[in-house]
Amino acid sequence: MTDAPTELLKTVLLDGKHRALGGRMVPFSGYSLPVQYPTGIIAEHKWTREHAGLFDVSHMGPSFLEISGKTGDPEADHAAAAAVVETLVCGDIKGLKPGQIRYTLLLNDTGGTLDDLMIARSPRFPGTLYIVVNAGTKENDFRLIAEAAGGKAKFTRADDGALLALQGPEAAAVMADFLPATTGLGFMTYGSFEWRDARLMISRSGYTGEDGFEMLVPANHAAAVWDALLADPRVKPIGLGARDSLRLEAGLPLYGHDLDETISPTEAGLNFAVSKRRREAADFPGATRIVREFGGELNRIRVGLLVEGAPARDGADILGPDGAVVGKITSGGFSPSLNRAIALGFVPPGLSAAGTQLAVSVRGRAQPATVAPLPFVPHRYFRKPA
Amino acid sequence: MTTRFTKDHEYIRVEGATAVVGITNYAQEQLGDIVFVELPAVGKVLKQGDEAAVVESVKAASEIYAPASGTVTEVNAALSGEPGLVNADSEGAGWMFKMTLSAPAEVDGLLDDAAYAEISK
Repeated sequence: MTDAPTELLKTVLLDGKHRALGGRMVPFSGYSLPVQYPTGIIAEHKWTREHAGLFDVSHMGPSFLEISGKTGDPEADHAAAAAVVETLVCGDIKGLKPGQIRYTLLLNDTGGTLDDLMIARSPRFPGTLYIVVNAGTKENDFRLIAEAAGGKAKFTRADDGALLALQGPEAAAVMADFLPATTGLGFMTYGSFEWRDARLMISRSGYTGEDGFEMLVPANHAAAVWDALLADPRVKPIGLGARDSLRLEAGLPLYGHDLDETISPTEAGLNFAVSKRRREAADFPGATRIVREFGGELNRIRVGLLVEGAPARDGADILGPDGAVVGKITSGGFSPSLNRAIALGFVPPGLSAAGTQLAVSVRGRAQPATVAPLPFVPHRYFRKPA
Repeated sequence: MTTRFTKDHEYIRVEGATAVVGITNYAQEQLGDIVFVELPAVGKVLKQGDEAAVVESVKAASEIYAPASGTVTEVNAALSGEPGLVNADSEGAGWMFKMTLSAPAEVDGLLDDAAYAEISK
């Protein structure tokens, strides 16, 4: 009776669709989700890199924060909303333009990471932020954001619909047929679009390293949007297994593995997510540690490793040139694009330069591993022509 | 020639004095795409139930146990370059290793076709 009873798993709205497609359902962050469909992870991975993959990420946590007592001045109202969440995160939320999205980190008082998340400024409603958090950390994140909102803002979770991601080099062509106006979105921006009689929040973003879109769909239109996108021959459904191998190749951290309550943004190699203004003001949780780490006092840093032989998984030891343990793998697996084992892990900064020869311990044997620049596979995000 | 199965989804096919070991078609379907196979050293002495090999799918590593006791005489070298053979033909070209049996009677205690079919439904 030690296994979690499966009846406690939540199901996503499109559960029936996944099962009808032959999805192999597994528990993930409290939800039953498809790890793969019948063609398998490698075929799904390659399809996404070559065409367009459709992912159901409805387990994640979309939400909205709306400032109370608006002044009517769009910048002042946005600044007030930003001030609420900037007490929790290290990113520059105040500086967002309407419709702009920022990847940021929710931190604890010691500068460890409680979650990585997306915060966007509403393109239409000044004083409103669109926030999407990870599934596994959703309840705690929502509690912290709601507490920060207090009487100053209204916090509304929006995880009762479907969140779908369309990713891959053909995603934009698919969207041009599905909802043409969305192809005007630049990378890391979002808009609100009418589709039939529904309103969809659609962003140009994703977590595969490819161009793509993420769509927040009201519950009563979830099946119709899913079916309409899958009706396009360029689109296939993609499970969690390929989602993980795609983000690993893209060098993107996975919360609970490459980020946790002990790991700071600096250690995780996410300095870009700590804005200059916030760093200079040192006005976010754990700022003392993070500013010190920016100054060079860093004990460990996240690196990519090209591993020879068997994949080195989360928890495997990283060995230095003298065979001593110097760090741990936090994510590892097989790269279908590179046809070899790759991994992310943490090592002392002195061993983090690309080309450094290390080893990983897999089943008690040392296998050669070389520090590689991230991403392993180049990002192909859409850049709007200037 | 007799083929028997373990509840852990290995098969063992006894051909005269040697036996061929691999994983069942059901097992490869459950594991999904296999990306790496670690095989035992030739000459390795195994007791029934010992960890003999490891197959890595995209998601995870799974141990393969010796269905019977004996000595490894040959491994399927083709799997190092083409681990996907286990998916394509697990009970044929995707075999893992051959062994001589030190206690052939152990095989009689394993599952036959009908009993294995029952647990892999």
